[in-house]
Amino acid sequence: MKESAKVNKEDVGCATNEDNFAIQISGLTKKFGNLTAVDGVNLSIKKGEMLSLLGPNGAGKTTTIKMLCCLLEPTAGTATVMGYDVQKEPLAVKEIIGISPQETAIAGHLNAWENLALISGIYGLSKEETKKRSEELLKLMELTKRAKDQARKLSGGMQRRLNIAMALISDPQVLFLDEPTLGLDPQARRSTWKQIKELKGKKTILLTTHYLEEADALADRIAIIDGGKIIALGTSQELKDSVYDTQVMEVKAKNITFDVIERLKEMYSEVRSIENGVEIVDRELSFDEVVDYLRSQGVSIYSVSLKQPTLDDVFLKLTGKGLRE
Amino acid sequence: MSFAALAIRNFKETFRDPLSMGFEVGLPPVFMVMFWSLGKNMGADIFTATMLLPAAVIFGFVCLTMFSAITLAGDRQSALLSRLLTTPLRSSDFILAYTLPYILIAILQIAVCFAVGALLGLEVYGNIGLVLLILLFMTICCIGLGMALGSLFTENQVSGIGSAIIVFTSLFGGLWMDLEAIGGVFQDIGYALPFAHAVDAARSVFMGAGLSDIATDLGWVLTYTVAFFILGILCFRWRTKE
Repeated sequence: MKESAKVNKEDVGCATNEDNFAIQISGLTKKFGNLTAVDGVNLSIKKGEMLSLLGPNGAGKTTTIKMLCCLLEPTAGTATVMGYDVQKEPLAVKEIIGISPQETAIAGHLNAWENLALISGIYGLSKEETKKRSEELLKLMELTKRAKDQARKLSGGMQRRLNIAMALISDPQVLFLDEPTLGLDPQARRSTWKQIKELKGKKTILLTTHYLEEADALADRIAIIDGGKIIALGTSQELKDSVYDTQVMEVKAKNITFDVIERLKEMYSEVRSIENGVEIVDRELSFDEVVDYLRSQGVSIYSVSLKQPTLDDVFLKLTGKGLRE
Repeated sequence: MSFAALAIRNFKETFRDPLSMGFEVGLPPVFMVMFWSLGKNMGADIFTATMLLPAAVIFGFVCLTMFSAITLAGDRQSALLSRLLTTPLRSSDFILAYTLPYILIAILQIAVCFAVGALLGLEVYGNIGLVLLILLFMTICCIGLGMALGSLFTENQVSGIGSAIIVFTSLFGGLWMDLEAIGGVFQDIGYALPFAHAVDAARSVFMGAGLSDIATDLGWVLTYTVAFFILGILCFRWRTKE
């Protein structure tokens, strides 16, 4: 918890230069009865940045987004979007945001064109503008071929992409993507990631996800949220570096003798026998050193791999539980 | 005019749903023809076009209550409504968008019933404008009730409740039977609600009654219309506030 306090304080400190930030959240709290869904969150998101709120179900991600979209009143704290206070100037906020909700929020009996026209009509876009932007978005989201089919007949992946396109039609300055690939198969997920990547740098994007790979693949920075609190914030690499202070090397080899393993145990802090090899754990591991030693002992090596830490390791280290538990 | 986009969508959503259109626009004239044929067979003059038209139209309106409620409840459940609440639409925009399209469908339904009525020998001695006024009030009354139900209940619940209301109205609304002939509790309950009053008033006007003759019935209808519409708005606002 000490780490998170430090990170957050720095983050707020940076926020003095207000023009650089699209979203500024300070002490944001939401209570439902006795349950504190969001607990004093501080966060600043730079203009053009894609930040991912990563956390398990029920961590407070969607509640945070709902407060930023003026759907829920915060119990305490403040939040601004492009300088507009979400509580005092909700209409101004609503003019400049787009949201792709966690549930697929589309009109089933309308086709893709009509769904886009629905949102653009609400924002008062002209017919020409709607047509032009719809064409672009349908192309971007690879929906052009099915644009005239009723939305309820589209596949899950297509519906999710239409969901995102509807968030983009009004050309919002700030985009909220709440679990954009929830429930998609791996192929559809990757294709949706591709479309989201296209948006990077053009919009300020707050993306929530409980998929580690998604945050890793898409976000500029990741805020790990658990129990309504942000417990770590940084780039994927920074997060991994900050909490992962050991390396793991997996060696697959023939004829590693008991003696060799005993000798390795004297050299490194932890050595585990695995099928057809050993796993060596230490603060720093030298590839050459390990390989040279094993060769000198007549071990014939099949493969050596240095395992990279994952965001799951980060989460495990911070909370003592896995993200998927 | 930003509500227009949502109003158009709500119209299309209903218009493209065969079940909804079947109940609202298809079923009332079918009932008219059915009861009319029944009356012919029996040699009774209770099932004339003049008697049947108001009943059929009100029946269609009650179906409209159910289907407008289903659309709203569905939008709540599918999060489409949440999405729309993050747009600059105001509360009044939502109310208009979930009301006007159904008035349009009601007009379509009235037109179809009048066309069929004309074929079956509808006789009009009073002011037809007054009949349309009564029906307009009832449309808004039923849409208000639909908005309340759609705000309070889930899609599945609304389907059940709506069906119950349709059956209840058919029995207690004096649509297909003369409440006075049944009498007793049926009559008391029937006349404590707006449906029987609307049907009676419309029938009277067809037969030559004027505004002063139907003032009491119209008063009942208007009171319920205002009450249900305000109830609908309150329920909608309550539901969308958080």
